[in-house]
Amino acid sequence: MQGIIIAGALIAGVGLFIGIFLGIAGKKFEIEVDEKEEKILSLLPGNNCGGCGYPGCAGLAAAIAKGLEPCNKCPVGGNPVGQAIGDIMGVFVADQKRMTAFVKCSGNCEKAGNNYVYYGKLDCNFAFKVPGQGAKGCDYGCLGYGNCTKVCEFDAIHVIDGIAVVDKDNCMACGKCVNACPFHLIELVPYDAKHIVHCSSKDFGKKVNEVCSEGCIGCKICEKNCPSGAITVTDNLAHIDQEKCNQCGICAEKCPKHAIL
Amino acid sequence: MKTVLVVTLGAAIVNNVVLSQFLGLCPFLGVSKKIKTAAGMGGAVIFVMTLASLVCSIIDKFILKPANLEYLNTIVFILVIAALVQFVEMFLKKNVKSLYNALGVYLPLITTNCAVLGIAIKNAQTGYNILLSTLNGTFTAAGFAIAIIIMAGIREKIEYNDYPESFKGQASVLIAAGLMAIAFFGFSGLI
Repeated sequence: MQGIIIAGALIAGVGLFIGIFLGIAGKKFEIEVDEKEEKILSLLPGNNCGGCGYPGCAGLAAAIAKGLEPCNKCPVGGNPVGQAIGDIMGVFVADQKRMTAFVKCSGNCEKAGNNYVYYGKLDCNFAFKVPGQGAKGCDYGCLGYGNCTKVCEFDAIHVIDGIAVVDKDNCMACGKCVNACPFHLIELVPYDAKHIVHCSSKDFGKKVNEVCSEGCIGCKICEKNCPSGAITVTDNLAHIDQEKCNQCGICAEKCPKHAIL
Repeated sequence: MKTVLVVTLGAAIVNNVVLSQFLGLCPFLGVSKKIKTAAGMGGAVIFVMTLASLVCSIIDKFILKPANLEYLNTIVFILVIAALVQFVEMFLKKNVKSLYNALGVYLPLITTNCAVLGIAIKNAQTGYNILLSTLNGTFTAAGFAIAIIIMAGIREKIEYNDYPESFKGQASVLIAAGLMAIAFFGFSGLI
């Protein structure tokens, strides 16, 4: 009986001592957490997607609270979250255009052929390293093994008919797929952009014609016809400056390969 | 000097905590996916185990042994280690921010790791003095770090291998761990 009492008393004593000790230590080593930081964190989406460049939402919240980052830095939350954070920080936040990811390739199974049959691991980074950068005839085209699909946290990019296609409504423009694509095919464009060159091939026209029925051949017809001077052709590939584009649609009409949407 | 060598070498390699005593298997399997995280975990374990061995052997020597209460060491050690890690975490967060960031989430994770407790109890049972206990703690943890980093290296290598569906995930990891344990058996004649 005595043993039980001693054991109980000792454990209770140790527990009591630790409790008091930790309580005092907790007060003594208390760190003041910025009130703003907690409020900002509660406003952020909380997916910890890393689209802002910080490891998680907490990292961005701390940076905004310290004034190191603009209030609308979170690409997922967009304008509403930016405005709400602006209210907390007491600064005016200008509207930011909603962006969306876009895969600059249209060479699906029907339009672009394969050079050989690939039996390796179904992963873009692996297929990218085999000769000809994957089985696809075009050296620049989407292989469709879906590395972008794997990194997307918003279920917004899928491989359809052999190439990756972005679901604009789900896309939050976090930019993860942009980094995941070994071909750098994915670009962030304004949500309301109507005309985008959906090809990334820098090959000459002849080679493009051989491997894909819808690739940009660098003929410069669009560049000559664009009334606002938004299109430039470099390395046999047209590029539309969405800032200058007035969405007239002439380029899409004139393109002989229908490579502009 | 000879005892010190035997204790350190024995703790780190011959009686490797994971591969021959099978303690601390949960973090060994859980956080060994990448070498970087494995190294973080290893560092945190070294830190905590050294401190825990030191404090527990002091408590054992000056409180439990004089009062003939050695049979209570398990429960007292658990309480003390948990509280110690909590306290160290608070202290680091306030005063040594860089170390706190480096150890990160691993510090609270290993509060009640069985390896930490196991070594504290083993120190008490073997009757090591305070210096030897601390050394034993440090080098046992170093052995843990060695094992988990090798494991992470193996896992990074076999990640993209083409092996049957039924072996994917933890199954292949456990087999690799078993093979590592067999390999580490080769050290058993060393001391």
